[in-house]
Amino acid sequence: MGKRVLAIASGGGHFIQLMRLQPAWAGHQVSVATVDPSTRTLAGDVPFYTFRDVSRADWWRIPAAALDIARILISARPQVIITTGALPGLIAAALARPFGVKSLWVDSIANSEVLSGSGGQAGRVCSQVITQWPHLSTDRVQHWGSVL
Amino acid sequence: MSGVFVSVGSMMPFDRLTRAMDEWAAAHPGIGVEIQIGKGEYEPRHARWVRKLPLAEYQTRVETCALFVAHCGMGSIISAIEAGKPILMLPRLAAQGEHNNDHQLATAKHIGVRPGLHVAADSADLKVRATALLADAGGAPAPISRFADPAFTDRIRAFIES
Repeated sequence: MGKRVLAIASGGGHFIQLMRLQPAWAGHQVSVATVDPSTRTLAGDVPFYTFRDVSRADWWRIPAAALDIARILISARPQVIITTGALPGLIAAALARPFGVKSLWVDSIANSEVLSGSGGQAGRVCSQVITQWPHLSTDRVQHWGSVL
Repeated sequence: MSGVFVSVGSMMPFDRLTRAMDEWAAAHPGIGVEIQIGKGEYEPRHARWVRKLPLAEYQTRVETCALFVAHCGMGSIISAIEAGKPILMLPRLAAQGEHNNDHQLATAKHIGVRPGLHVAADSADLKVRATALLADAGGAPAPISRFADPAFTDRIRAFIES
């Protein structure tokens, strides 16, 4: 049956990048979560969830977003989380971590000179952090490739 | 649509881009301009505008417009490349409160150099380039496959299955 995977990202470029990674979880039981219901068409015929968005600029929305994401986690019961950011992906990884859920942070290709703010925090939360730029790789942040 | 389609991105306002292309629309009344203004405050007076289009309509606009103008965000860039459509971009600047850092300048430097991708320095440069690109769009972005390089997705698959 494969693993239960939750692929989660905010809107805009974060979600577009996530959808370019779909072959990674083909054949597994994937659920997809993002903010814009109209982007369901990219996700294909899989369980699709939306949550209220949050970023560092409107941090007071964290409780609402975290509540939505907690509900998604309870419903999807992932064994693995894959996220291309931003903050909501980090919240998902943090909420799921105590339950032994492993998580991969794929830092956005938009961060070509420094890791994103959430990406910098992701090392403390996620099982693995990867950058899409070889010159940003370190011993802890690996470079496996890029969406482009 | 056959005219100019402008998208400022959905996550944060970018009135400098909206205002510049609205001014450009005023100077080119014969050309249809539609701006997706996102969370901006400035409401165009000359161009048609919409807060946010559903993805399918957004993609259709990008595919069929004569010129695509956007912020220097990866959603816009990847949409343009996937559609094989040249894109003219104005990077958001942290100093103007347009984003939380200057990563769009970095994107312009590292990705904006690809064929078919054009980066404007400021509003005035944007308008000049918009006029020039509408007359001659130049080459299209090199086509890419629908998904990332299999070597990349295979490593993510190995992580999932480990």
